[in-house]
Formats: sequence, C-alpha cells, structure tokens
Amino acid sequence: MTTFLTVIVALPIAALVWSSRSDGLSSFWYWISTPESVSALKLTVAVAALVALTNAIFGTLIAWVLVRDPFRGSSLVNAIIDLPFALPTIVAGLLVLALYGPESPVHVHAAFTRAAIYLVLLFVTLPFVVRTVQPVLHEVDTQMEEAARSLGAREATVFLRIVLPSILPGILSGVAMAFARAIGEVGSVTLVSGNRPFHTEVASIWILNQSSSGNATGAAAVAVLLLAISFVLLLAIGGLRRLATRHERA
Amino acid sequence: MPSAALRRWSVRSVALGYLLVVLMGPLAMLFWRVWAEGLGQAWSAVTEADTLHAFQVTLEIAAIAVPLNTIFGVVCGLAIVRRRFPGKGLVNAFVDLPLALSPVVVGLSLFLLYGRTGWFGPWLTDHGVRVLFALPSMVLATVFVSVPYVAREVIPTLREIGDEQEQAAHTLGASGWQTFWRITLPSIRWAVIYGVVVTTARCLGEYGAVAIVSGSISGRTETATLRVQDYYENIDQAGSFGVSLVLALIAIAVLVLMTLLKPKEGTA
Repeated sequence: MTTFLTVIVALPIAALVWSSRSDGLSSFWYWISTPESVSALKLTVAVAALVALTNAIFGTLIAWVLVRDPFRGSSLVNAIIDLPFALPTIVAGLLVLALYGPESPVHVHAAFTRAAIYLVLLFVTLPFVVRTVQPVLHEVDTQMEEAARSLGAREATVFLRIVLPSILPGILSGVAMAFARAIGEVGSVTLVSGNRPFHTEVASIWILNQSSSGNATGAAAVAVLLLAISFVLLLAIGGLRRLATRHERA
Repeated sequence: MPSAALRRWSVRSVALGYLLVVLMGPLAMLFWRVWAEGLGQAWSAVTEADTLHAFQVTLEIAAIAVPLNTIFGVVCGLAIVRRRFPGKGLVNAFVDLPLALSPVVVGLSLFLLYGRTGWFGPWLTDHGVRVLFALPSMVLATVFVSVPYVAREVIPTLREIGDEQEQAAHTLGASGWQTFWRITLPSIRWAVIYGVVVTTARCLGEYGAVAIVSGSISGRTETATLRVQDYYENIDQAGSFGVSLVLALIAIAVLVLMTLLKPKEGTA
C-alpha cells in the first residue's frame, strides 16, 4: 500500500519539488515573481475566492431548500447537483461557452473574459457546499428553532443564531474544497478563458503553457506554489471536518 | 401566514433559479446544440476512426486505473481505520492530496519524473521504454488523480460498522482472509461500488494531467476529453458537441447509478 502511494503520488511530487529548485532558489523566486505569473496567480486566487463565496451562499440556500422544503421533483434536482462531479470538466467548459459564448441564445457574450472563468468555475464547484451542508442540516434538531420561534424570534434571527452556527463548519469545509478545486481547475477553464496573458490566464494554464513551451523550471516553481496551497487547504479541511463532527464523536 | 409562504416560495425560486443559470441551462445547451448541428454530423464525428480510437484509449486507461485504485482504496481504508502504523498521518494526507491538487501539477510532476532529463528519464531511454507521450504515463496520471475516491468512501463506512463482527470472527477461529471476504467486504460493498462509480467517472473525465503527459497525438495518444478540445480548436462544432454528448450521457448514467446506490449505503 505504501509502495503504491510512494510510486504513484509521492515520487512524482518529490521530482517536482526537486526540479523547482534545481536551478537554485533564486530561479524559483524569479519564476514565481515574473509579472505574468504574478498576474496569473492573482487572478486565480481572486476568482477562486469569489467562486467559493458565491457557492457558499447559494450552496447553503440549495441545501436548505432540498432538506427543509422538499417539493415535487426535488429528488431529481438533488440528483442533478452531482452532475459536475460526473461530467468531464472540458465538457463543462464547452457547455458554458455554448450558453454564454459567441452564439449565445440568451445574448450573454462572456467568452474569453474573466466572467466566463467565474461562470465555469461556479458550475464545476457547485456540489461541494451543498453536499457538506445537507447532511448537517438533516441532523440539526428543529426543536431549538421552534423554541426560538415560539419565544418570538424572527426568521432571520432563528437562522443566524440557531441554524447557522451548527452548519457553519460544514459550509466552511465545502468552501475550502470548492476553493481548492477552483484554484487548480484546468479542463473547463482552458476552453472558455482564451488564456490571454495578463487578462484571462490562470495559474494552472500558465503552468500548462510554460511546460509545453519547454520551461519546465518555471512551470515547476509555480506548480510547487499551488502544491503548497493545496496542502494548506487540506489541513484546513481536515480541521473543519473534525470540528463539524465534534458532536458525533463526543 | 401569507408572508411565510411568500418567503418559502422566494427562497425556493432563488435556489432553483441559480441552478438553472449555472447548471441546467448549460446542460440543456448540449442537447440543443447537438440537435442544431445535426445529429448525422455529430454521429459521423463520433464514429470517425480517430474519435473511436480516443474512446478506446480512455477505456483502456480506465480499465487499468479503476481496478488498481479499488484494491488500493480498500487496503488503504482498512489500514487507516483498523491499524496503527508509523506515518499514518502522512499516508492520509497523500491519499487526499489529489482532491485538492491541480491536475496540471500532477501532469508536470510525472513529466519531470519520467521526461528526458527526469530522474528515470535516462534509464528509460537506455532501455527503450517509452513512458511519456505514450499510454504508461497517461495511466500513471489517471491513477494519481483518481487515488482518493474509493478510499474516501470506504473509510467512513468502516468506522461506522466498527470491528466487533470482525473480532467475533477472529475469536471463532477465522483467518484474516476469511474475515475479510465473509465479514468486512460484504458490509462495505456498497461503499466500494459507489467509490468505483465515482472513480470511473473521474478517470473518463480526466483532462489536465493527461494533457501534459500525452502529447495529445490524434489517433495515438488522444483520449476522449482531448478529442473534444481537438475538435473545438479545429472549429468543428458538430464534432466537439457530439463527443461531449457521448461523455455527458456516460456522466448521466453515472449519476443515475450514484443516486441508486446512495440510500443503500445508509441501510447496509
């Protein structure tokens, strides 16, 4: 088992980290601080944050409707939520381009803009928050909410003071996963963004371009940065998961 | 209370409206565009020799990656839940890593390991083994990105069922193998099957890592997802939407399977 993990995962990662600094630390700093890579990294983090935030709000709302307000056809909606997990991401990109691209039937022309990157990442990361909040909402005891209501609390107060605190760890771990996914996403972004340097080029595509034009050292430097971000996010998700299940384990 | 009804109705509409704009609208476009481009044209693109070859490559990769990761996922899940060993935290972290890591980083890592100047590059060249721009590297990339899915399904299920039955079997004289086949595996089978379904979907849809290591040569190292891009870049709309439709139909079949398997997981 450990051998498998070493050969498949650890060894390639080691090779990556090693080659990122094979030309020295100064070359590593050089490649992660060129204007183009900095611009790509900034765009990546900004869009990913915006995407994670948007899906935090709407994902919670969708989970709420599915759990608390089931309607005719809600089980179908529930099944469709997982579509972005099952659909190849490049297809997701093509579909967003079909609806919001040059031949848009709704006359939204977002192709090759930052808005298109935002839209396609919303698609790809949609399930994360819904799927982490749903089980927690199922577990939450509604008696406390009823007690609050009977004591005269308004709906907003009930949600903010009673419901939100119990689902917050779920929301946050979903957000962290969506953020990690949005940072690294390639397939869906490559078609819709047009990959224009300083404008719509995200970090993962920058790596792709550099490696295919022979700049392995530069690509490795930025890749190591993304690797570090992934590790930090995984640690955060692990911590949040423990926080989310603290009632079960107690 | 009319205001409560209104509130419920508006929350529901906002949620469904968002799904329509972000998810269902684009999905509907797929069917619409294939129809608009002409079913015949889409069909001829899908049955083109290079496309069929691309699907074959994708299936070959999945046929290797899915069984490997299924076995690994079960073994790894058992080790993490049932045993204590040094470096367990590290194993746990590496299993989860592909969930958070960009596929491009995966592809690049393999490129640097097996490429001409990589650690294994010279040895491989000397022995005439082609890894990069050939099936082996594409399999390695796909196995890497799909490592976590079976393990992640198996681990919570193993925790939930506990080890009392396994210990009982052990006390009654069952060997390790017998306990595994008769007690453990049957009780986690739905989690394993669910994990296999998700792993398969991930393998069929892999793009970023394979894009770097495959070289994307039509009729040779092109997978189905790379084929979609190839058609798109050659401004062949019927082709890219046709291949996408096939991939989407597979995704929908996967979705149906996931939905059917989910409740059983809870009752098992």
